[in-house]
Amino acid sequence: MNLDLTSTGDLARALLPELTLTAAGMLVLLVTAWRHTSGRDLRIAGWVTLTGLVAGGVAVWWLWWHTARAAGPPSMIAVDDFRFVTDGLFLAAAGLTVLVSFDYLEREGLLVPEYYVLLLFATLGMMLMAGGEDLMVVFLGLELMSVSVYVLAGIDRRSGAAAEAALKYFLLGAFASGFLLYGIALVYGATATTNLTQIAAQVRSLSLVQSPMLLIGLGLVLVGFGFKVAAVPFHMWAPDVYDGSPTPVTGYMATAVKAAAFAALFRVLVEAFGGVTAWKPIVWWLAVATMVVGNFIALAQHTVKRMLAYSSVAHAGYLLVAVAAASWAGSAALLAYLFAYTLVTLAAFALLAAQGREGERDVRIDDLAGLGQRRPWLALALAVCMLSLLGFPGTAGFIGKWYILVAATMAHENVLAAILVLTSVVSAGYYLPVIMAMYMKPQPFDQAHAGVRLGRPAAVVVAACVVGLLVLGVRPNPLLDLARSSAIVPPARAATPATGR
Amino acid sequence: MLLGPALAVSAALFALGVLGVLLRRNAIVIFMCVELMLNAANLAFVAFAQQLGVAGQIFVFFVMAVAAAEAAVGLAIILAVYRHRHTVDLQHINLLKG
Repeated sequence: MNLDLTSTGDLARALLPELTLTAAGMLVLLVTAWRHTSGRDLRIAGWVTLTGLVAGGVAVWWLWWHTARAAGPPSMIAVDDFRFVTDGLFLAAAGLTVLVSFDYLEREGLLVPEYYVLLLFATLGMMLMAGGEDLMVVFLGLELMSVSVYVLAGIDRRSGAAAEAALKYFLLGAFASGFLLYGIALVYGATATTNLTQIAAQVRSLSLVQSPMLLIGLGLVLVGFGFKVAAVPFHMWAPDVYDGSPTPVTGYMATAVKAAAFAALFRVLVEAFGGVTAWKPIVWWLAVATMVVGNFIALAQHTVKRMLAYSSVAHAGYLLVAVAAASWAGSAALLAYLFAYTLVTLAAFALLAAQGREGERDVRIDDLAGLGQRRPWLALALAVCMLSLLGFPGTAGFIGKWYILVAATMAHENVLAAILVLTSVVSAGYYLPVIMAMYMKPQPFDQAHAGVRLGRPAAVVVAACVVGLLVLGVRPNPLLDLARSSAIVPPARAATPATGR
Repeated sequence: MLLGPALAVSAALFALGVLGVLLRRNAIVIFMCVELMLNAANLAFVAFAQQLGVAGQIFVFFVMAVAAAEAAVGLAIILAVYRHRHTVDLQHINLLKG
């Protein structure tokens, strides 16, 4: 299906998922304006949100099924499989977050149905950001996402930690937006356009590869994205914000927000700046620093939530390796890894949310002692998550890491591949103690795990994620085929055969 | 016309904003410095628009809308912190360790 984006009808068709989600967001906003007092209202808003997300998913699937492609002059929104697959990822992450939140919000007494409105708008922002074919659309999508997530981080108004997390996230996020915007302004000044493909064309035709204005602009854009993906040295907000936010929101931030930032970063770097080599060493060093620092600081953490926060910084490093490969294989590896990482991280944070106790900030790794005897299924699920985060063979995490390694070696980034393997070994030092605590230590006192409670929707999420992790770990072909067929083909290599099916 | 001086002013504003964020410790002042950075970008957009067409001027409107949304959310968050801590000085806000 070829869509001529200059005609209104085709443009509406190309934007169908975004329009659906906008309508759903408005609808939930309207519902919550009247009904926002009881737990029942909260559940109604949750189910309407879930319906909206499913409708958006159907719209994405419809476009994907008809292999929609843009025809005509360059437009502001990309119509390709990369956008559809990442959209599906954001919608799935949002849907799973809604399911986890059902129980959590009521238990914590957070009767704010606007939570779901913000979740919808944040997801909409991600879809615009990852699908933006124009730097301004990417910026607007990023801001829509960020502003919604700033509020989500501080949605628990009784908690001082949540307010501080929101403040930290807001100040550093806005700071990063300033860098990104100034970078966009300089790129616009150098190339006279903000359209990604036209930037690439201008760089070629005006031979701007050495232009200082373009390079400074690109550097500032990288700084802005570096903050968003929490790459070292721009990571210092991440652990605090992840620590202070409500746990389902943390899961959402660590998965969907990070995935959106990576998808947009990859698209911008490869489509617009594929011909500029200056960013490759920068991303290379970012990847090394992020992997090393993230993994080593995670070793020193005692609470589960902060450990997972630093682990998500480390995983951003692995994903940066895929970006540094900057090839078709790198793009496919990025998608495959994002899927595996999203499943496992959402499940891990859902399990952490089940530990209860006033925002779970104080659940130490030692507190999990004896969980294996008291709650065998919960412990099993958490063990699978830890093994998958570690990249243990038989889980989806292994497939994702393996694929990134293949992409890195294909791009002759052998040093990066070696550092990835070595830092993964280090990460065993903080993932395995969780499993050891659960299975090899006796519970400290009789009722140690009496407060652990996983609601039915959250249990379904965890079960689905864990089964998905194991199935994809044993039979990864469907995921790999999907990732390969929807990868972005760098313009320079567009002549070589692209699909490897 | 005047592209060079306009860009120089915009770069100076941006640098001021960045330095302000890095050096000041009051949440509201930091937020004002962030706004300074956004407005530096706006100035650059308008300066470029003189030569490159109206697109740059249109972006400025979007950026202003974004800045307004950020201000609404940001001030609300600063207020929420003030209610808990009775200060907006980041030096005293250290519950979450760096």
